[in-house]
Amino acid sequence: MAINWFKYSAPTNFYGLAGKLIPFFAWPAAVLFVIGLYIGFFVAPTDAVQSEAYRIIFLHVPTSILSMFIYLIMAGYAALGLIFNTRLSSMMAQALAPTGALFAFISLWTGALWGKPMWGAWWVWDARLTSELILLFLYLGFIALQASIEDPRRADRASALLAIVGSVNVPIIYFSVKWWNTLHQGSTIKFTGTSMHIAMQEAMFAMLVACWLYSIAVSLARVRSIILERERNTQWVNELKEVRS
Amino acid sequence: MKKLSLLGLLGLVLRRDLLLAMRRRADVLTTLIFFVMVVSLFPLGVGPEIDMLRKMASGVVWVAALLASMLSLPRMFSADYADGTLEQMMLAPQSLSVLVLGKIAAHWMLSGLPLALIAPVLGLQFDMSVPALWILVIALLLGTPVLSMIGAVGAALTLGLRGGGVLVSLLVLPLCIPVLIFGAGAVEAVNSGMSVVSNLSFLGAFMLFALVFTPFVAAQALRISME
Amino acid sequence: MSWSEFFAMNGYAFYVWGSYGVALLVFGIEILMVRNRRKNALRELRLMRDESGETGTGEVA
Repeated sequence: MAINWFKYSAPTNFYGLAGKLIPFFAWPAAVLFVIGLYIGFFVAPTDAVQSEAYRIIFLHVPTSILSMFIYLIMAGYAALGLIFNTRLSSMMAQALAPTGALFAFISLWTGALWGKPMWGAWWVWDARLTSELILLFLYLGFIALQASIEDPRRADRASALLAIVGSVNVPIIYFSVKWWNTLHQGSTIKFTGTSMHIAMQEAMFAMLVACWLYSIAVSLARVRSIILERERNTQWVNELKEVRS
Repeated sequence: MKKLSLLGLLGLVLRRDLLLAMRRRADVLTTLIFFVMVVSLFPLGVGPEIDMLRKMASGVVWVAALLASMLSLPRMFSADYADGTLEQMMLAPQSLSVLVLGKIAAHWMLSGLPLALIAPVLGLQFDMSVPALWILVIALLLGTPVLSMIGAVGAALTLGLRGGGVLVSLLVLPLCIPVLIFGAGAVEAVNSGMSVVSNLSFLGAFMLFALVFTPFVAAQALRISME
Repeated sequence: MSWSEFFAMNGYAFYVWGSYGVALLVFGIEILMVRNRRKNALRELRLMRDESGETGTGEVA
């Protein structure tokens, strides 16, 4: 029985599959989120240096990692869409962008709120925070370009090219910001220096996987709406039971 | 009629664009005047203390250079796009990348080069030392081409979009941040007596990296926008 | 550890609950926006269908 890999690359089949998959990502995400919060707040010990404020890292670190990870996945889908002309890949890239941007925003927000008690200022031109801010600008550029072009085909391909150029530039930006930061300030105290208690690592990991599953669930849900919007004139969309009822 | 060599094509496009620009000299001056004005505004806003101005000088000049070159980006393709010559150019059996490279060079000569030449005069406003002025000009000569090249990709992507001018800046500025960091860093290094070689070599590396890739990427962007 | 102590977060309550609160708010808003977008898409489709096939046969114009 040859597996037809490309069966689900057609929007018609993928729409149904995504619909079935969402609960399998959404519920585990919620469960892991609760577990992560429980370990993070009740099991993990109070930190010697900053007592309770450090618990923000259970949100700051996963969202930062994911904001970068989603950008690369988005650029990957965009490249696929550009090279193989598969509309679904471009739709997936478009669906991932808002979630990635929100993760970047949360990472900046929690970074600021964590920086205030730790470094005494709401915004510190720390290498990581600065690079995160630039990553948010890249996301906003992608979304703005996608939104400002009417013709979906050109919008997909143009924003795909931008995502590829962006992903090539991200390491360069990260390196030059780190260079710029150490040049002026010397690296600020690193949290990872202190060995992390096992409970902290468990909480961090649980939150990371929770956020990851959450982003998949939300993106799948959003891509389904994009499919509905874009395939509105097709026969199979109008046959759908949701439309009929 | 012998087939046009690539360099011949480059020269042809460059001469054509410069000729067109010279007919509308106002556009060239607006970029320059904008640059001078933005740099002159800073002391009014920040205050005339000389030692602070001297410290800020390179950052201010570089940010103003970035903004000034963003200003003229949309015009790189829009005139030809409007009257259809861009379409003819793309149909011509010539390499689109070299053609785009010609346009980038023309844009650089009309925006990057004048900025670099006038920068020392503005440096005096900030009482910069002579070696610092030299390094500022060299850094600008190395950095502004990268702005034009990455800008060309942005301009090609946003061809014919309303509100394209602002959109180009939103797309392109984050990508030009490394050039800003090492450009301003070069002058900073001179002031603080450190060696300038590392900053300038990074700028050179960015320029070569951009020179290799952006013409092709901008050509792809044009094909996407013109479909 | 009493609840009030827990919520006080040893004086850092504002920072900890500020960040977690905003995060949950953002996640909530995102879920609502996705759900809303789906509702609009479906309503759009139904409108199109009603317009195109008055007799409700639903064939695509």
